[in-house]
Amino acid sequence: MTQEESRAAYWRANLRLLGILLAIWFVVSFGLGILLSQPLNAFSIGGYPLGFWFAQQGSIYTFIVLIFFYTWRMNVLDRKFDVHEE
Amino acid sequence: MDLKTLSFIVVGATFAIYIGIAIWARAGSTSEFYVAGKGINPVLNGMATAADWMSAASFISMAGLIAFLGFTGGAYLMGWTGGYVLMALLLAPYLRKFGKFTVPEFIGDRFYSRTARIVAVISLLVISITYVIGQMRGVGIAFSNILEVELATGLYSGMAVVFIYAVFGGMKGITYTQIAQYVIMIFAYTVPAVFIAIQLTGNPIPQIGLGGTLAGEDTYLLAALDRTLMDLGFAAYTTVSGMTMLNMFLLTLALMIGTAGLPHVIIRFFTVPRVRDARKSAGFALLFIGILYTTAPAVGAMAMYNFINTVQPGEVGDPQGNLVIEDRPDWMLRWERTGLLGFEDKNEDGRLQYYNDRNPEFAAMAEEEFGWEGNEFTRIDRDIMVLANPQIAGLPNWVIALVAAGGIAAALSTAAGLLLAISSSISHDLLKGVFMPRISEKRELLAGRIAMAGAILLAGYLGLNPPGFAAEVVALAFGLAAASLFPTLMMGIFFKRVNREGAIAGMLVGLASTLLYIFLFKGWFFFPGTNVFPDTAEYWLFGINPTGFGVIGAILNFIVAYAVSSVTKAPPEHIQRLVEEVRVPRVGTS
Repeated sequence: MTQEESRAAYWRANLRLLGILLAIWFVVSFGLGILLSQPLNAFSIGGYPLGFWFAQQGSIYTFIVLIFFYTWRMNVLDRKFDVHEE
Repeated sequence: MDLKTLSFIVVGATFAIYIGIAIWARAGSTSEFYVAGKGINPVLNGMATAADWMSAASFISMAGLIAFLGFTGGAYLMGWTGGYVLMALLLAPYLRKFGKFTVPEFIGDRFYSRTARIVAVISLLVISITYVIGQMRGVGIAFSNILEVELATGLYSGMAVVFIYAVFGGMKGITYTQIAQYVIMIFAYTVPAVFIAIQLTGNPIPQIGLGGTLAGEDTYLLAALDRTLMDLGFAAYTTVSGMTMLNMFLLTLALMIGTAGLPHVIIRFFTVPRVRDARKSAGFALLFIGILYTTAPAVGAMAMYNFINTVQPGEVGDPQGNLVIEDRPDWMLRWERTGLLGFEDKNEDGRLQYYNDRNPEFAAMAEEEFGWEGNEFTRIDRDIMVLANPQIAGLPNWVIALVAAGGIAAALSTAAGLLLAISSSISHDLLKGVFMPRISEKRELLAGRIAMAGAILLAGYLGLNPPGFAAEVVALAFGLAAASLFPTLMMGIFFKRVNREGAIAGMLVGLASTLLYIFLFKGWFFFPGTNVFPDTAEYWLFGINPTGFGVIGAILNFIVAYAVSSVTKAPPEHIQRLVEEVRVPRVGTS
């Protein structure tokens, strides 16, 4: 693979990862936390109605996990495509 | 020891820490002044970013906002944290790879245009100056309330402290001070929350306590709060009220995109050594922010629960069920003096009633059956919720003093970050970038310090004499960040084909449409009475609140930039190469 093809492949892998993570980001906050919150409130975690939990707790935890997963996954991709830093 | 003395000692001690750090971390070069020499540890940078981002609004106002909004308050929680996902995935690592000092610098280089850089500087200045007014005012209010000094005295002390560590230390001094401020802030926020969670639910972790049962009972706290509110004619806490689902959606999105476009937060990612550190740092920033943001809903709900149960200790409708005015607790007396809490005994029964008199059915029933003649709380300022919370819960004075120091730390840390963004855009983007390209590093550093000092004086003046429209402009600041900076930065990285013409047209359309929409409802340049339409839902375009319009501005920016770029010449070869290099952490050798 030439350097150019390798870079293009790295970028495609990066975009695929971004697509997946941003889909989760959207579904959890705007989907579960807002649009579907009212039907979800029929279920609960302890004393939290589920939709309410997603809007005020769950989405924030998800965001944190998403960024750390992205960091880990990008470090793997950096090495795989030999663009990692020292 | 009395509260005033104790507060002086605690606040004084924190100031001594900030100044000590400033002496230790003095900036010697422009690189240290603008980006702390790019040598900050990513975890510590995450902490500094958290302090930079969490302002007086997050610390003092947010929980109170949530207390009165209930479920829909989640828009602020999700909006102000979800933006970090966008920033971490779409901007931070690439801008770090670009490796310069300011946000307008990237826009100017990527779109090979001085005009684009100047448009970016203007957006940055409007956003940052708007923001800094609120912070300086926050410092003044926190001082004057708790230390019982004049607003001006509090504000001058705050200005003096920021002056010392920001002007001399630059980004380096600011970063290490912000780390100390984060620790103070988070301690001050969580300690009272833990105490209150134990009192109400028996669980020391507020995030778990909020989903738990009331201490010694089988009822869940949130269920009890829902029922109490409904008994008083309000909507249940956990359901949609206060704003429509559409506006909750748009507000969340606007806050997210706006957050991701805030220049003073973006520049924090220029201070770490490597691209991978920028990613990691964003994760830690959100983790540190998340500690406060997941505690805030517990603080809000528990404050509301305590407040209602103070006013309505007995059954709703029982003539003996309400608080006797003569016996009201000390914290009420204290906040009445500030004018932020007020009541009027409308039915002259010597007791206080708090209920929803805007619910016609309930109000009519309450009047007929209970003899209530309207909600007797004429004023409850939402901002008092966090500050009064430890007092409502009867916590010791040192906790109250700590909350004061935390509020001041929150305001100062954000103010310092904003002042740096303002001064670097003046000395680096305008002076060195446009007017005096041959300026020496030493003189640029001096210019940076003078710009910073000037910005502090301006911020202090505006904090003391806030334009009447200060609160309204916050919507504008976020709208501008969302409509101008975020789309342009993102397209600069992800769309290689977007060129100078497209970027400038996109930014101008995003800016102009957002400004126009806000001015139509809030008045031309916020002059009262010059608004074209009343600022109410029935006049809003498709029901979109002016606060949420930044989203539409951002979409217009994307569309216009893309359309204009595709009918004009592609960016030159070296710019396309620049974009390719920004996309990879290291240009491969194999």
